[in-house]
Amino acid sequence: MDARTLDPAQHLIEKEPYYEPVGDEIQLFEAAWRQQIPVLLKGPTGCGKTRFMEHMAWRLKRPLITVSCHDDLTASDLVGRYLVKGGETVWVDGPLTRAVRAGGICYLDEIVEARKDTMVVIHPLADDRRTLPMEKLGQLVEAPPEFCLAISYNPGYQSVLKDLKQSTRQRFVALEFDYPAADLERRIVATESGVSDAVASNLVRFAQMTRNLKGSGLEEGASTRLLVHAAKLIADGVSPVAACRSAVAQAVTDDADMLKAIQELSSSIF
Amino acid sequence: MALPPLTASEMEASLHAWLDTEFTFYKVEELAAELALLARDDQDFILGWIRRIASTHITLAWQFGRRAPALLSRMERRLLDAWAIHTCDVFDRAGLQTALRAMEEVDSFDADQHRNDAAGALFDDIAPVLGNFVCGLAGRRLKLEQGDAAWTDGERIVLPPIFAALPCEADNFQLAKATVALQWAQTRFGTLRIDFAALGARYDDPERALSRLHALETLRLSARIAHELPGLHREMQRLRGALDPALPDAWAPLAAQLATPQATVDTSLDLLDAAYALDACPQWRDQGVLRPDAVATARAARIEKEKARLRIKLAALLEEHAAHDEAERDGADKPEIDVSVRDENGALDFEITLDGAPLAPPDDVRQLLTSVYLDFGNIPPEHLVPAGEGEYDPSLVFDQPEDPDAVWHGTYHEKGAELYPEWDHGRQHYRKNWCVMREKAVTPVYDDFVRDTLDRHAGLVRHLRRKFEALRDENRFEKRQPQGDEIDLDALIEALADARDGREMSDRLFVRLHRAERNIAVAFLVDMSGSTKGWINEAEREALVLLCEALECLGDRYAIYGFSGTTRKRCELFRIKTFDDAYDDEVRARISGIRPQEYTRMGFAIRHMTRLLNAVEAKTRVLVTLSDGRPDDYFDVYRGQYGVEDTRMALLEAARTGIHPFCITLDRDARDYLPHMYGAARYIILDDVRQLPLKVTDIYRRITT
Repeated sequence: MDARTLDPAQHLIEKEPYYEPVGDEIQLFEAAWRQQIPVLLKGPTGCGKTRFMEHMAWRLKRPLITVSCHDDLTASDLVGRYLVKGGETVWVDGPLTRAVRAGGICYLDEIVEARKDTMVVIHPLADDRRTLPMEKLGQLVEAPPEFCLAISYNPGYQSVLKDLKQSTRQRFVALEFDYPAADLERRIVATESGVSDAVASNLVRFAQMTRNLKGSGLEEGASTRLLVHAAKLIADGVSPVAACRSAVAQAVTDDADMLKAIQELSSSIF
Repeated sequence: MALPPLTASEMEASLHAWLDTEFTFYKVEELAAELALLARDDQDFILGWIRRIASTHITLAWQFGRRAPALLSRMERRLLDAWAIHTCDVFDRAGLQTALRAMEEVDSFDADQHRNDAAGALFDDIAPVLGNFVCGLAGRRLKLEQGDAAWTDGERIVLPPIFAALPCEADNFQLAKATVALQWAQTRFGTLRIDFAALGARYDDPERALSRLHALETLRLSARIAHELPGLHREMQRLRGALDPALPDAWAPLAAQLATPQATVDTSLDLLDAAYALDACPQWRDQGVLRPDAVATARAARIEKEKARLRIKLAALLEEHAAHDEAERDGADKPEIDVSVRDENGALDFEITLDGAPLAPPDDVRQLLTSVYLDFGNIPPEHLVPAGEGEYDPSLVFDQPEDPDAVWHGTYHEKGAELYPEWDHGRQHYRKNWCVMREKAVTPVYDDFVRDTLDRHAGLVRHLRRKFEALRDENRFEKRQPQGDEIDLDALIEALADARDGREMSDRLFVRLHRAERNIAVAFLVDMSGSTKGWINEAEREALVLLCEALECLGDRYAIYGFSGTTRKRCELFRIKTFDDAYDDEVRARISGIRPQEYTRMGFAIRHMTRLLNAVEAKTRVLVTLSDGRPDDYFDVYRGQYGVEDTRMALLEAARTGIHPFCITLDRDARDYLPHMYGAARYIILDDVRQLPLKVTDIYRRITT
């Protein structure tokens, strides 16, 4: 079969992405979008930031363009660059430019990983100017009211060198995400994977145990995403202990003693 | 092919040498005769240990040799290993007499009782796993320690050296896990809140009451575990089925009452009279023992301290919060702090509300609340009154760093010191917690040393600066890249011409910005032993001054420490510049203040620096040691091969964590042990002290580019 090829700048999410609100984040995001204020999502990995963005894009009926930032990501990667085609140079828009032109939502994931020069293009977009300077074209693209800039960052495991600068963070409305409360997390795990409530609640308890280990050998506890993975394996017939080992324990650590300890925790629960 | 056994006379020679019979007069002939009867493999095993233990203490080795041949038939080699290492550890810790007693204990070793030891779960093997396991369970952080039996005082869980009740190793591990879980449950579900002293006074036979209570609580906690950790409970049931007799019938109704979800520690106390009257008292292999005295001591020390800590932290929290919304508050009314506890479904959670508004408690506050909750079963309101200004002396409430110098003025203590292991070459094993290390600051000396040095070496400084400036990586454009921000026009024109010509067209058509990212952390470890007195000390200090000047223009993060020591009890590291210090007048004065101290014990210093370096965020970590030759210590085995091997091991450990060690040695006649000692490290030997200032900086330049 052929995989569908989509143009993210045109594509609208058709089906409602499942999202359980933890607080008033949906309302806040909508307000910020209407008021044309950019949004900063904070929170540990796998707690639902990306899913939230998909959900909001669906809700607001805007295309969503996600850029996962890495340490080699430069301003040109976002804005665009000249390429050579058949002996001529052709300008190609980057994802940020495409999002601005299409009036979409541009979501820059793990923004602190990107090179510092990306901030130069983000800043004018993130304040009331809402313009994207395209230095190489000598142009300024004005963002339509529908355009929304969202960035995410995980304050937990960043080194101090990669902290978000005040001049950047103070342009955004910040939404803080954390692992959902036990009841909610149980519902999420059950809905996403189709396992029974009892299994989901045991998985959530297991996740809490791994989160207790954070700081004493584990960098980060099991995220909701990992729980959903484990739950899906269980729903497919894998035994809970094996599912926890493959989907959770192996994912959070390589340390042999820690692996064993996490396995002992999961085998204690199931 | 098995080698033929050694004859008695072949072994006698070695035994004479190892056991120093010229002075000790041990009758090695008998031992050799006994050993001659064994297979070569067994002989090698025992002789190997005699040699290794003899390097620690000859008497111990002799005693080992006398006992080991007879033990071979009834003890696993793995256990003999453990026994030998344990005896050496005891000797390290408590001296010869205690070690000899530990060695004798093996004589009472009853093979029957220990028939499963081969499959036993050894404390050293299970502690790292179960330590994390118990940390994952909610509640107060509990440390695992090795001791005589399984018990807890609410802050640590003590486990016996081996769990060996069952013939299968996995089962023994499960037994250990169940034991740990029950001890954890005692702190988590209120057993330790019982006032044991008052309870004992109520009964004629306090011992009997205590054992009955322990049984009741074990029943109750097992039921809690069945609820919280069903998987573990299944394992516990299986093991109990194999190990323990069935519950006496008279106890069944008690067990039923304790298994209800409403049962608390009070239920056990209510049932105690009934249980006291019963003749039989069930015991389980996983229940450990109750030590009310230890519980009371730990609790007494903890409660007031934690109350104070909590109140101080709350005051700080409040202050932080008040600063936040000062505008809204006129400050007249006292804020109301309230804590609600949610203890359900195995999780323990706290919510702090401040005048009704929820406040996220920071981790340390949450830990304190957990601990207080476990002690009282609730959070007493007086714990929630924020501490007033100056109400507590913080120095009494929070652990203070001990004055490192005080050790030598009064009684010896190891408080505030860090303990490091040391590699015992003879024993082929680490000596645990052997070096007592303290960090001290060098007393700054404000004189003209630094200025004079810079003046004297003005030409050299200029030269070094130039060289280091050239090293500074700068942002630059790299041409002809396959990817980049802009098109490389030269490359494009060339490529188009090539295409016209019918040749292949290059795809390297872009210009890319290369960014300078020099990400190096370096620690310098300078020999401050007495042997550096005079020229060498002077040269070291000069070298450090020049080095700092050069490093400042590179922007690398660096730290400088000096080391010295007298015996393992007094290992000292002198702070000259930490990674966080700026190169200021004080650091300059400390460099000037470096004075020769005592002896050259190097292992602990390398291990500590390894730890410090690994705590720094950097792509490349470099450890540079600067010393004047052979490790040496006062009246200690450190002199000679032991020190060489320990230093070698410490460097290996550093290299294993990804640090690049580099050693600079000042030694006039470059000795042959150096390549071995510096095995893992790169090194250079300087024979002229005067070269040092220039060389050190030059070497640094070379190893970091």
